[in-house]
Amino acid sequence: MQIILPAVLRELADGAGELVVPIDGEAALLRTILDTAFVTRPLIGGRIRDETGGLRRHVNVFVDGQDVRRRGGLDLLVRSGAVIHILPSIAGG
Amino acid sequence: MTQTLVAIGTRKGLWLARSNDRNTWSLDGPHFLMREVPSIGIDTRREQPRLLVGVRSEHWGPTIMRSDDLGQSWDETPEGAIHFPDDTDAAVERVWQITPDVHDDDVVWASTEPQALWRSADRGETFCLVRGLWDHPHRPEWGAGFGGAAIHTILPDPTDSAEMLVAMSTGGVYRTVDRGDSWSASNTGIKAPYQPDPWPEFGQCVHKVARDSAIPARLYAQNHHGVYRSDDNGGTWTSIADGLPTDFGFTVVAHPTRGDTLWLIPVTADSERVPPGGQLQVQRSSDAGASWVTCSAGLPAPSYTCVLRDAAAADTNEPAGIYFGTRNGEVYASGDEGESFARIAEQLPDVLCVRAAVIG
Repeated sequence: MQIILPAVLRELADGAGELVVPIDGEAALLRTILDTAFVTRPLIGGRIRDETGGLRRHVNVFVDGQDVRRRGGLDLLVRSGAVIHILPSIAGG
Repeated sequence: MTQTLVAIGTRKGLWLARSNDRNTWSLDGPHFLMREVPSIGIDTRREQPRLLVGVRSEHWGPTIMRSDDLGQSWDETPEGAIHFPDDTDAAVERVWQITPDVHDDDVVWASTEPQALWRSADRGETFCLVRGLWDHPHRPEWGAGFGGAAIHTILPDPTDSAEMLVAMSTGGVYRTVDRGDSWSASNTGIKAPYQPDPWPEFGQCVHKVARDSAIPARLYAQNHHGVYRSDDNGGTWTSIADGLPTDFGFTVVAHPTRGDTLWLIPVTADSERVPPGGQLQVQRSSDAGASWVTCSAGLPAPSYTCVLRDAAAADTNEPAGIYFGTRNGEVYASGDEGESFARIAEQLPDVLCVRAAVIG
């Protein structure tokens, strides 16, 4: 599983723009993938989800180009080999 | 040589102003560009000061950053300094206040939106939720003012480490006498003009409370309409608004070393949030609110800006300095307790928080 980080979060990943996340089996829940990806990088995890586990309102996650908010959110079953993009939404002034 | 530090938190970052003489200032920033800075604590209790800064990204949420070299470098607790326990099903939206304790040099208090009080025993590196206030039966009825559901005032009692006062908008003033285990609403005499019953037990929209430096049981409150003083540690409140151009405003600052002296920055009305008569001004009292003096030398007119609840502070120099920032990104400083002001920063984003300290 490949996770693409936005530039603004890369300093928290020692400059890495992509993270490779191994999963067991053919697919895994998105929340499990994010848990695994950020267990050793809790500051990134906290930027993406708040302490209730929910996605922050202005953070968008795309799996294979599809916004997960329209596809089950964190309960989306993600196939092995998918590409996950994490992007800030258009917000602010 | 001592240096005066003025930390300026804005809608889009932090700036640090420094001066050796309070006449000439250097401005360092932005730190945390494009992140909101609603709270700053300058912890001067040890030889090496620590800056604690509440930072919030519209995208990436809130956190607390700290610096032990006056902003040259910043650290963040790896797991996050402040987050709600799992059983609360709550998330920190914004850190509204960071206050070093007055009894224990390791203790720092913080408050947040949603309304919660937090205690750190490691100088702000990790915070624990104060359950006594979080579990208060009034909490479901506390509301969100326009700025958010905030506890914006934390006042430890310098005479008794078991006592503390907090204030929130909306909700009002609450007090503990048992180290935070239990809390009582403490709003007797504070009016809530926007409620059917204007004298409720709680629900007042208290904008800011300050403690007198000479008489610790004396408190000053700027309310959502109404300016009050308490002489019994918040037990009862009486109006001190007579003589002011308006009783509306957001901030109140007590003199850091001299009793009975305080500053307000008046706003015309709830429905007209601009300086009275278009003159940006500070109101100063030297007799605990019995009378007021308009301080406007060096301040602009006409002005249609506003000063928010945490956007003013005093330093501990003699005479004291008073500093405030405006919603249109200007910061004014007075080295003579308000007799005259000079602009020390301009063209910043909206100023949310100003804190001042004498360093070195």
